[in-house]
Amino acid sequence: MATGVFSQGRAKISERTLRTDKWWVQPLITFLVLIAFIIYATLRAFENGNYFAEPLISPFYSPCLSTACVAGASLLGTPFGIIHIFGMVLSPALLILIFPLGFRMTCYYYRKAYYRSFWMSPPACAVAEPHSKYTGETRAPLIMQNMHRYFFYAGLVFNVLLTVDAILAFRNPEKQWGHMSVGTLVLLANATFLWFYSLSCHTCRHTVGGRLRNFSKHPLRYKAWTFVSKLNHYHQNFAWVSLLGVAFADVYVREVATHAITNWYFF
Amino acid sequence: MARTLKLRIWRGDDKTGGLQDVTVEANHGEVVLDIIHRVQATQMGDLAVRWNCKAGKCGSCSMEINGKPRLACMTQVASYPEDETITITPLRAFPVIKDLVTDVSFNYKKAMEIPSVEMPPGMKPGEPRMQQIDVERSQEFRKCIECFLCQDTCHVIRDHEENKKSFAGPRFFIRIAELDMHPLDILRNRKKSAQEEHGLGMCNITKCCTEVCPEHIRITDNAIIPMKERVVDEKYDPLRWLGSKIRKREGML
Ligand code: SF4
Ligand code: SF4
Ligand code: FES
Ligand code: FES
Repeated sequence: MATGVFSQGRAKISERTLRTDKWWVQPLITFLVLIAFIIYATLRAFENGNYFAEPLISPFYSPCLSTACVAGASLLGTPFGIIHIFGMVLSPALLILIFPLGFRMTCYYYRKAYYRSFWMSPPACAVAEPHSKYTGETRAPLIMQNMHRYFFYAGLVFNVLLTVDAILAFRNPEKQWGHMSVGTLVLLANATFLWFYSLSCHTCRHTVGGRLRNFSKHPLRYKAWTFVSKLNHYHQNFAWVSLLGVAFADVYVREVATHAITNWYFF
Repeated sequence: MARTLKLRIWRGDDKTGGLQDVTVEANHGEVVLDIIHRVQATQMGDLAVRWNCKAGKCGSCSMEINGKPRLACMTQVASYPEDETITITPLRAFPVIKDLVTDVSFNYKKAMEIPSVEMPPGMKPGEPRMQQIDVERSQEFRKCIECFLCQDTCHVIRDHEENKKSFAGPRFFIRIAELDMHPLDILRNRKKSAQEEHGLGMCNITKCCTEVCPEHIRITDNAIIPMKERVVDEKYDPLRWLGSKIRKREGML
């Protein structure tokens, strides 16, 4: 039976949408950028190499937790031994992948982005979606989106670790302190973008003060909420900048590790 | 007369109808509602259109212009290129009555399902005292003019008629948020009922309501997502659930 805009009783119009603007451009760009990132990140995660060039480590491989990690790359030690899957050594990137992946997958902004561009639910406003049934986030698996806050907490731990990685990059390849290279800046920028992404998160906004009923009884949390609300306005921007930041940091470290470029030192 | 305008206006009722071509003159500075009135005065005497204030404040003139849900009285003719044909239809999420007039009673039914504010017992009119910082979040939602453009554009019901029974829609999520953030309201089941009775979980935060709201209420960011987080506190977060059992109170107030 006809449903949606073709339901009985609604104005009889045969077009799915009468929009005349290029409404498909935005979801198309989102789709292409996300697909490009996913393909690149997958290839890199399985590459299991070229992720460390003293003192730089790729954000895809930090923290490096298995004995398969190259020497010097493991900030937190190696609680995992070498794990074989189908005869191949499991890349240490895959051990930690679930955390950043889960954080972004359950992010309120990325949800909007992929529901629109991948699932076309809806592809754009007032453009009829192709699905005949819709239950939103009320059932498995999408009800799991409600776990976003746990990934947010994990994300904070990762931010700390990646910040430490950036600080460790103030050393030279001989591990002496007091040096700074282009790579230092790349890792610092990456960590900074990630902090902005996390701090502007909707769950963060809720946690610092959004859940309160009376701000007047919690002046400090009100201040924190006001600050996070300002950042939250740009959450979408931080989401993209930090995504590209991670990819760029990884590309940079890979180039240095493969000796394609030299990590230039300022001092 | 500044320009000649080509229009396609949907005419019909709940059984049949279609787009009709019209050519009409438009003056400098006119809005789409002016043009519709001119068509009504000169060519289609029985064209049905709902309007009232012509100032973007009554929410009556909601319709779809070139496929986008908009207020006709706030849509400048000059915002369309000279050679573009402007297509005007009634709202496509609600049953049509005649021409550009739809039956929006769905929204009034949903409004009645949400209990209004419940003040602490014994509090008399004139007694409540609230601080500005405690009410300012809710004040944004009070700007709503009930144009129902957000309801019309929301794909949950626009694209799925069968969801209407279980989904209140963005306009009523801001109402629920307003009350749940109210400093004096004592009704404590608003989070639960938002999820279980009013279909908050059906919203997939794709933000079309925010895109079309003529009052620029940030419906998704400031009402729906905060409500979703409040629902998680109550229903899906095992740690907070445990905490509330230990401290014997509903969330942290
Ligand atoms: S954000 Fe939610 S309520 Fe708003 S239009 Fe989208 S699905 Fe509907
Ligand atoms: S929230 Fe905005 S779009 Fe929705 S009914 Fe109110 S004014 Fe209209
Ligand atoms: S909402 Fe985007 S990270 Fe939390
Ligand atoms: S006529 Fe009142 S909002 Fe357009």
